[in-house]
Amino acid sequence: MKNPITGLNKIFDNRIRLGVMSVLMVNEEISFNDLKQLLEVTDGNLATHLVTLEENAFIKVHKGFVGRKTNTTYSITRQGEKAFSEHVTALENMIKGVR
Amino acid sequence: MEETQSPASSLEDIKDIRRIMDRSSRFLSLSGLSGVAAGICAIAGAVVADSIFNNYYGTYNSRGFTTWDEFSLLKLRLMLVAAVVFLLAFVSSFYLTWRKAKKQGLPVWDHTSRRLAWNMLVPLLAGGAFILGMLRYDIWVFVAPACLIFYGLALVNASKYTLSDIRYLGYCEIILGTVNMIYTGYGLWFWTAGFGVLHIIYGVIMWYKYERGN
Repeated sequence: MKNPITGLNKIFDNRIRLGVMSVLMVNEEISFNDLKQLLEVTDGNLATHLVTLEENAFIKVHKGFVGRKTNTTYSITRQGEKAFSEHVTALENMIKGVR
Repeated sequence: MEETQSPASSLEDIKDIRRIMDRSSRFLSLSGLSGVAAGICAIAGAVVADSIFNNYYGTYNSRGFTTWDEFSLLKLRLMLVAAVVFLLAFVSSFYLTWRKAKKQGLPVWDHTSRRLAWNMLVPLLAGGAFILGMLRYDIWVFVAPACLIFYGLALVNASKYTLSDIRYLGYCEIILGTVNMIYTGYGLWFWTAGFGVLHIIYGVIMWYKYERGN
């Protein structure tokens, strides 16, 4: 998953997955619809990437109800926070030209 | 692909991350012009209130007394002016912010603006209840200071959920309100300075800082 040389995480190669993680770093919890609106992606596309992140235990899914409608919200896991921070550090190091 | 990850694309990624973090946690479409509009409404309202006061005290000075009915009418008129000013300020600020959000292609009512509205509303409602409570006991002198202080607290609280510069406007309102507690006879002046002049200054600075080029 993590490139031993650059320290970049392959999971975060994708723009949408990177976006989801960025949102979850600063929001305790966010709904599927808010995510969709923020990242300007389609339902199916977003859902696929969310599954990937969930499978890697980077995010937690909470299924709830608002009235009769399902309301799915997402939050970041400690593991996800750690992986994302390391990825950002690796990106910063790349910019600085150091490894 | 990692093989293609260059310093340039890393920089793009970092910029993206920051932009998304900002956009998802703060309501950034608040327009500086909203501040200017609210300020103008406040000053116009203060001018009307001033003439109402002059009218009342003119009667008092020429006749030596005023009746209970005249005093009730004064209160009613002032409340009415306050309500109209609030409504006009709210509608015009809302419109200008809505326009900015439209221009940016961002939603006006999303989780960031909901959170902003709620965090602003709590101190404001507390302040409103407090002021109504004072009026019940005919304590008029602290109305203007209480307006300023609670509004300042609302802004400081809201600054976590929108452009953080608004915090400084909040500090200024709190200071003004506190000073007004000492000079109680000048409520309308302090009120005009806080809600009129400060709003306009803040609005112009914000507009200059964030909106000028666009």
